Amino acid sequence: MITEPDPAPGQRPAATATAQRTVADTDAVPTPRPATTADASNRPRRRARQFVLRSPGGALSLRVRARALLVGVVLLLAAAAIAVVNLSSGDFPIPVADVLRSLIGQGDPGTDFIVHELRLPRALVALLVGAALGASGAVFQGLTRNPLGSPDFVGMTVGAATGALVVILLLDGSGLQVAAGAIAGCVLTSIAIYLLAFRGGTQAFRLILMGVGVSALLEAFNSYLIVKGRLDEALAAQVWLIGSLGGRGWTEVTIVAVTLAVLLPVVLHYGRHLDMLALGDDTATLHGIRVERSRAVLALASVGLAAGATAAAGPIAFVALAAPQLAARLTRSPGPGILPAAGMGAVLLAGSDWAAQRVLPDNDIPAGVVTAAIGGLYLTWLLAREWRRGR
Amino acid sequence: MQARLRAQDLTLAYDRRVVARDLGVEIGDGSFTVIVGPNACGKSTLLKALARVLKPQAGTVFLDGAAIASLPSRQVAKQLGMLPQSPVVPAGIVVEDLVARGRFAHQRLLRQWSADDEAAVRDAMAVTEVSDLADRYVDELSGGQRQRVWLAVALAQQTPILLLDEPTTFLDLAHQFEVLDLCAELHEQGRTVVAVLHDLNQACRYATDLVVMRGGEIVAQGAPEAVMTAELVEHVFGVASQVMTDPQTGTPMVVPADRQRRRTARTATSVG
Repeated sequence: MITEPDPAPGQRPAATATAQRTVADTDAVPTPRPATTADASNRPRRRARQFVLRSPGGALSLRVRARALLVGVVLLLAAAAIAVVNLSSGDFPIPVADVLRSLIGQGDPGTDFIVHELRLPRALVALLVGAALGASGAVFQGLTRNPLGSPDFVGMTVGAATGALVVILLLDGSGLQVAAGAIAGCVLTSIAIYLLAFRGGTQAFRLILMGVGVSALLEAFNSYLIVKGRLDEALAAQVWLIGSLGGRGWTEVTIVAVTLAVLLPVVLHYGRHLDMLALGDDTATLHGIRVERSRAVLALASVGLAAGATAAAGPIAFVALAAPQLAARLTRSPGPGILPAAGMGAVLLAGSDWAAQRVLPDNDIPAGVVTAAIGGLYLTWLLAREWRRGR
Repeated sequence: MQARLRAQDLTLAYDRRVVARDLGVEIGDGSFTVIVGPNACGKSTLLKALARVLKPQAGTVFLDGAAIASLPSRQVAKQLGMLPQSPVVPAGIVVEDLVARGRFAHQRLLRQWSADDEAAVRDAMAVTEVSDLADRYVDELSGGQRQRVWLAVALAQQTPILLLDEPTTFLDLAHQFEVLDLCAELHEQGRTVVAVLHDLNQACRYATDLVVMRGGEIVAQGAPEAVMTAELVEHVFGVASQVMTDPQTGTPMVVPADRQRRRTARTATSVG
């Protein structure tokens, strides 16, 4: 084979010089990829269109994928729309227009009472818990580089349930105490799993297996607690265990809102570390990441998000597992993006809550049952797909 | 003046398996240093330690006089980059996005895609000739293409010191020399280049400084002309050979002895 002689170093940049363009200071500039050869344009385009935002002086410069942005906006709108539908429907239907009027503070007192006091907390809990679970799942799946590495799969939510059951059944607590118990249970379980899986640096797969084992143990313990408990308390515990949004008030809204307000910025700030960690510990180190620290911060934040969500709504199954993967498919990005996953989580949970209330007549089933049913199907599909790819 | 990058009294180990003890080395500023040696002699391990990817059990790697482990990781990442041997490729990432991740050390939360970032990525892809592959998924590329993409990632980092762990693996002869020529160009532009290579003749052609390792020790270091002798090759690789002058470059060229002679030589050394 005869290769063409190398162009001299000075000539090299000339090939790409055509791609240079002046960047107008504040404008969003679409960046078509520099077409270096003719045949590059013949291939199907796989990269999403993107925009570069740059401020004068260069203090701010961001690259935004058009598709990710679009998906994010659509998910937000969808979540809001579902929430409004949830606010308008119920035993006493309210027209959507009246709901909107009431939301901006111009409704009549009767509508205001139903919307603000009875339905809004539940709708907000659904949105915020869904978002928290989605974000938590995105971080954890990114850390473990495994679509099964989600908080509900590795035992964190089971641990939260154990904490809550201990408070309900053994300590006769209720309300905020149950929430505190759930958070404590979640955090303690996570620490236990981490310590069990830790051996000279954690391995993601080991962590997942250990989590599955621990959650089986705790599951058994939870059943034991319920069987041993008084009937009325056991019933309350069982309802909590399924993860229901019914009867959630402003206390629960506050719990999950505070969790999100504190932890979402942390997670977003470290989100780029997640991209680098996906290249392996060595490469991440080479590019200036302090691997163990970044991982610890991300893991703790992910645990915190799952704990706050579970404390507010009980263990909602599968949202954390499915939302990041669905969002990644929609945005066609390599990793689970945190914000799209949060949006998807909100849509999933608000949608499930709507289905739980409306699909089966006269029967307000817990949203957790719906997410579990959807999630079961999703998990089966995921495992079948991974299995095929693995062979 | 001391070299920017040097190591002192290193004990290198994977878990409890010690690979090297009391290892010290200085990488000459602006040199093209090539590390050679038989398999498992610790050359990649040394490179990893120099790049702070492997934490030495004892001893210190110094960058600009300070212990490298004590420096902020991001600051080191702006000075020193490395092409690892078999990096993890996440599924579903396209070439340009992967190369763009090489800019991480230069970016901030709100400054993620400056004009410098864009230019660095474009140039890195141009010199490694992967611009045409920009839209392709990394996990569907051939080994050689992938190797050049990872080289582009390291180049996008724009570090004055560049370490390369077997940069020519997976590459055919033409691409091997292209990558080595690229390294030589980077070296001529003033960068310090350190590479682990297997081919002694390529090593002699391109190195300004040769580091020869065996069993976790540095047996010789210096200009290829001064270092590469038949005795050294025999001692380090256990292969009888003749060292001649490369007719193209005038650098040393190792020509292994034929089968018969190598066999007698091996018996002789094992007895002696």
